Amino acid sequence: MALYLPELTLLFMALVFFFASLGNLKESRLRHLGLLLSAVAVIASVYSYGLKGSLFFDAYRVDAFSQLFKVIITFGLFIVIYLGEGLYGIDNTLRPEYYLFLTISAFGLVSMSSAVELITIIICLEISSFALFIIIPFRKQGAYREQMEAGIKYALFGVAASGITLYGMSYIFGMTHTTYLADLMKIIPGVILEKPLLLIGLVMLLCGFFYKLALFPMHFWAPDVYEGAANETSSFVATLPKVAAVALLIRLISLAGAEAGQFTWVLMIFAVLSMTFGNLSALVQTDLKRLLAYSSIAHAGYLMIGLLCTSELGYLSGIYYITGYLFMNLACFFVIYHLAPQGENISFDDLKGLYKRSPLMALTLAVSAFGMAGIPPTIGFTGKLFIFTAAIKKDMYGLVILAVINTGIAIFYYLKMVRAAYTSVDEQVSPLNLRVSTSVLGIFFIVIIILLGIFPQGFIDFAKEAVAAII
Amino acid sequence: MEQYLIYNTLSYPILTVLVCVPIFGAIITLAIRGDRNLKIWGMLVTLLTAVLSLPLYSSFDLTTAKYQFAEFSDWIPFVNIDYVLGVDGISVLLVLLTTLVMPLCILCSWTYIQERFKEFICVLLLMEASMIGVFISLNTVLFFIFWEAMLVPMYLIIAVWGGPRKDYASIKFFLYTLIGSIFLFVAIIALYVTTGTFFIPELMTHHYSFSYQMWIFWAFTLAFAIKVPMWPLHTWLPAAHVEAPTAGSVILASILLKMGGYGFLRFCLPMVPGATVYCMPYLIALSLMSIIFGGYLALGQTDIKRLIAYSSVGHMGFVTLGIFLLNDAGIKGAILQMINHGITTGALFICVGIIYERTHSREISDNSALGMMMPIYVTFLVIFSLSSLAFPGTNSFVGEFLVLVSSFSKYKVVGGFAVIGAILAAAYMLRLVQKMVWADSDGHIHHGEKPHLSDLNFRETATLAFLAIFVFWIGFHPAPFLKVMDASTTHLLEQLESGMNVLPAGHGEPHAILNGVGESIKNLLALK
Repeated sequence: MALYLPELTLLFMALVFFFASLGNLKESRLRHLGLLLSAVAVIASVYSYGLKGSLFFDAYRVDAFSQLFKVIITFGLFIVIYLGEGLYGIDNTLRPEYYLFLTISAFGLVSMSSAVELITIIICLEISSFALFIIIPFRKQGAYREQMEAGIKYALFGVAASGITLYGMSYIFGMTHTTYLADLMKIIPGVILEKPLLLIGLVMLLCGFFYKLALFPMHFWAPDVYEGAANETSSFVATLPKVAAVALLIRLISLAGAEAGQFTWVLMIFAVLSMTFGNLSALVQTDLKRLLAYSSIAHAGYLMIGLLCTSELGYLSGIYYITGYLFMNLACFFVIYHLAPQGENISFDDLKGLYKRSPLMALTLAVSAFGMAGIPPTIGFTGKLFIFTAAIKKDMYGLVILAVINTGIAIFYYLKMVRAAYTSVDEQVSPLNLRVSTSVLGIFFIVIIILLGIFPQGFIDFAKEAVAAII
Repeated sequence: MEQYLIYNTLSYPILTVLVCVPIFGAIITLAIRGDRNLKIWGMLVTLLTAVLSLPLYSSFDLTTAKYQFAEFSDWIPFVNIDYVLGVDGISVLLVLLTTLVMPLCILCSWTYIQERFKEFICVLLLMEASMIGVFISLNTVLFFIFWEAMLVPMYLIIAVWGGPRKDYASIKFFLYTLIGSIFLFVAIIALYVTTGTFFIPELMTHHYSFSYQMWIFWAFTLAFAIKVPMWPLHTWLPAAHVEAPTAGSVILASILLKMGGYGFLRFCLPMVPGATVYCMPYLIALSLMSIIFGGYLALGQTDIKRLIAYSSVGHMGFVTLGIFLLNDAGIKGAILQMINHGITTGALFICVGIIYERTHSREISDNSALGMMMPIYVTFLVIFSLSSLAFPGTNSFVGEFLVLVSSFSKYKVVGGFAVIGAILAAAYMLRLVQKMVWADSDGHIHHGEKPHLSDLNFRETATLAFLAIFVFWIGFHPAPFLKVMDASTTHLLEQLESGMNVLPAGHGEPHAILNGVGESIKNLLALK
């Protein structure tokens, strides 16, 4: 019971919102309910941290690794609900349903971090994806209908990715006769160097998670979905599924063992293409959400560098980086969300004069943009430091040099964001009136991005314990 | 640790305090209202930092090359990153330069900055903290954090309070410096992976293979050469200087550029001595190009700030020249030249800021014939201009003289080229002074053509007078400053000596060419 507590609280939360969708609750009530219940889910995850055990015929493992991810995901859910104050972008009649499917998706993600059996993994993956397929078109009908396009795209790509994953699984099952990761871990490292089919199966299996992470070659959906979905929906799609994807990727990549041979090469190529494609495309974007989508493709590339090292340090840095990315990206979406009280998309022109309208928002944007660019003393810098250290320890100098050149390219568009926010405008601008609760979240983002960057040791200790649980 | 560090024995952890006081000052700034209070607060914090930094000079142990006032504690143990601070003879003067120049930056912004004073003081203080941090870090990661963190406040200083082309200048500054330092970052990690430590003094004791040294050397050099800036990577500097507000220009010229020179001395020379010796001729050639190009371009400028910016390129060329001559006089001259350039060029930028506030123009032609109206101003202008062209009796003379002497003693041809730079400096500075003070050769001002300009007030006089003291102090009595560097320079040369043995065969060829050119020119001139 205690082992399954975080999931149960999320299920309960989904149930509450289901009944809420039958009634007619006010938006603020719904939000408070969501905040309260997701806070309970965070507490449940924290409480269950440190527990060990397995459920459902060993298909579902609770260990330090899974519980750390559960804490991060539930906390992310809390922030997503917190920042979506007022749900500016969501159709008025669909608000309870929005919370309902958000919760279900989070439930899928939380389960994903514990799944240690291939069928369980695919079920969790689907639960989290299907809920998102539904809420992406929930956007308020405006002059545009991109949300429909976004919904279709996300669903089609998602289904295709799941198909590839299943196909890969069939190879793996055919060759190893097991679907349990624990058994696979014993078999694969011995044969991966001899059997190329297993390698192909493994890469195809990963495709479903590349899709969640928006890594090349499964990244095509990201720009359109980010752009088409409502701002608050994008903030969820852009962050939490990636955290869960990292959890699964670590589990699956570690299957290959420390000496993965060709497998590393394949991942390396994906990482480089992802970074380069993401960064170069981001340079020319004017829509902020589209830009963040391309930047997220680039970040997926950096992350992959950490993961493909298949070393303890590599996995650690992956966990650290994705956590940092969660906060930095949510901070960006937080600013975007509050700049668009009608739920519209934000372009660079809308950022102009932001530092006059709201110094706090401008600072939040600047800190998160500099963080994503990897300027110290932020979490983005420390994450890159760890990732590159892990890669150089494996003698991957070329990869690191390509990555830092990419960092150099990326700084240009992040700086463009900061520059737009700090450009002075001649005409009078209306100040943004932020509520105290909103300002608190902004300050929280600034503080955590900097503090976690300067003092990573505490978090690293947790991550270390988590990684020790799986390898 | 004890073989590298002398732990701090003062009653307070002086180096940590020097970084923390401005940071806390900056945070408290956010809660203060009223421009006047903010100015006073900024002044108090920078003055406090300056006063707290004085024991660095008075308690400095001249006899040792170890890192003094050191502090050590664990920071991120899982990758072996420690929090280590310390200063030696190379960095201590630069720290003092930083702490002493910062109050002047606040003073010279007193009326120059018209809007967003709160944010201005805040970023200025953050800037101070990170600049001090760069000079006192003894851990490569800590160094890199301060090195990069400094970009953000400097970017904001130019981008928010800058001139009409601030957008272009600020982004150029940011991109140049950042792209230089990404390879520095890789080099830092590569060194860690090879040696298992980020601790700078320990990194100096390891011996690396020659090819490895070359990679590291060029990664370091790219970053530092952009910061110095060395020709042909100097193009960000004039843009940044012209657009930055006075305080920004002063910080850029006085302290930021010094980080490049400091980086060469702290990283390239002691850590990769073999590659340094091997590459020395190329860097000397680049330094000479900086000296001559900087001077030549300064000659053609009509904008005062741009002129001084190009002169900086030339002066910093002397610094890198001195460093890469790799002998005692050269390195000492280079360090002294860094301090001198900080004092003199900082003062000249303050002078430009003062006149800009009155005439709202930086063109030489708009600011001519000031001698009649602003006698105190032109007195200072002449003092600092003479110092800038290394007139005997001023500070720059000592530094440039040391560098020239050591270059003549090592490679005559190098000395010959460097002298051209000194002559160019005289040409452009005297031309500037002549036009600004007298304008016409008859020395008469045509009354009624110009609005009345008020002379310096007490605040401005005090700012410039403080710097003028150092101009003459170093000019007439440089011994106390040179003594500070003595032990560390000797130690640095020993470290270089120990690295010579990794050089591959044939490394002497470029040196032989340098010597050969010198000989053949001498023979040409000595035709009898």
